[in-house]
Amino acid sequence: MTDFFVRALAAGLLVATVSGLLGSFVVWRRMSYFGDTLAHSSLLGVALGILLDMNLQLAVVVSAMLFAGVLLLLQRNKTIATDTILGILSHSTLAFGLLILALSDTVQVNLSGYLFGDLLTVSTTDILWIFACGVLTSVVLARFWIGFLAITVHEELARVEGVAVERLKALLVMLIALLIAVSMKVVGVLLITALLIIPPAAARKLAHTPEQMALGASLIGCIAVSGGLLMSWEWDTPAGPSVVVTACAVFLLVSLVQSLRGDGAQ
Amino acid sequence: MNRPCLIEASEICLTFGQRQVLQHVSVKVHEGEVVTLIGPNGAGKTTLVRIMLGLLKPQTGRVQRREGLRIGYMPQKLHIEPTLPITVRRFLELARHAGKTPIADVLEEVRIVHLLDQQMHAISGGEMQRVLLARALTQSPQLLVLDEPAQGVDVSGQAELYELINEIRTRHHCGVLMISHDLHLVMARTDEVICLNKHICCHGRPEHVSIDPSYLALFGRKEAESLAIYTHRHNHHHDLTGHVVESRHD
Repeated sequence: MTDFFVRALAAGLLVATVSGLLGSFVVWRRMSYFGDTLAHSSLLGVALGILLDMNLQLAVVVSAMLFAGVLLLLQRNKTIATDTILGILSHSTLAFGLLILALSDTVQVNLSGYLFGDLLTVSTTDILWIFACGVLTSVVLARFWIGFLAITVHEELARVEGVAVERLKALLVMLIALLIAVSMKVVGVLLITALLIIPPAAARKLAHTPEQMALGASLIGCIAVSGGLLMSWEWDTPAGPSVVVTACAVFLLVSLVQSLRGDGAQ
Repeated sequence: MNRPCLIEASEICLTFGQRQVLQHVSVKVHEGEVVTLIGPNGAGKTTLVRIMLGLLKPQTGRVQRREGLRIGYMPQKLHIEPTLPITVRRFLELARHAGKTPIADVLEEVRIVHLLDQQMHAISGGEMQRVLLARALTQSPQLLVLDEPAQGVDVSGQAELYELINEIRTRHHCGVLMISHDLHLVMARTDEVICLNKHICCHGRPEHVSIDPSYLALFGRKEAESLAIYTHRHNHHHDLTGHVVESRHD
């Protein structure tokens, strides 16, 4: 196996592990559209980074955090429905990003690299970013796991019991924004939420506790990454889409087995 | 009542847009006291409770709690996302300060030890209410706040559930603030009834409220009678203002 393949595998497995854990919260809290919006808006981050001549990875991370903050604030304003706000921001930031990229003729940007990602061109620096994000996320999740779960199961009950609900919510959103920002290169803007959603959805059918589901999602994500990369290696298919297709296949397989057995885990 | 006050809401007013939801409502719960909120749908009962719990801010008025008051809250309904697999044990372990009271003890107290490893999605309405009660007990509460505790429980289960709540209250000496429609089941054990319809229509001991004209206007005679039957000891009479007077006949 060559270096680039090993790097791709390392980056992919790291992203899959973290997104299995965070993706479970995305599924439980019905935040998938939120993730989509953050992913789309990070393309604007890339564009702004180029415009300001910044380190692109840093630009994407900073802008994803900013957008996450803006979304959190807008959600408190109850006059517009959340999905409408997300819809407006998601598509207008994507459009702005594309416009800026098209107008800045000084640099040629591999646009499809950002839209669809390219696992096979991942650099060691990229892996370090992903690794740092993974370590940070794991530490925060381990520290606040019960709190995150408590606000997800029943927010008001948690609030009455004295949990700092707003702070935990913001923290969770920031973790998701960070993950999306650093893993954008791996699967791309358009497919990143797939990795957040499909593995937890597959794991749900096999799990009895939240922990089983989250860890199962990480495992299924890793299977999807390995399978997708092998597929890419064998048949020269684009890596990002191959990973997502594999994840989808695992989901279908689990669903099929469950329905043949006649009952779910619940 | 000379017992110390646990929580006091005074002069609470709240409007949602154009709609007045609560007008100058004041409620007090003392140690060991059972206060029952009654009123028609949309009377603002749940809103008042949410304000007292600090989940909602009133426009005017304030809520004072005794320093460090521990509250056990039983919400009206618990909706858990179907995508979230969780057992009764894990649900109870999510409680803040969980572990101070062992989960097994709490489950023993509400008599659902056998449900420990069941999925929350798989248990019945009555069992769910007991799980919620157990979650409230993990807080070693000094005040229990119950929002229609017997909702979704079959008739025979309702009496049992209220019996259980009463046992718990006696054992833990906690105050209770409760919303209930099951007047015939709760009134005998209630110290203070508050009849709410955006404002407080009337309040006092159940036997007084049951003959209050504003109560009769709100609930009609039939409900009122059931309330009266279950609370009256028939050893005294009331004068026109509802004050107890000594027995005159016999």
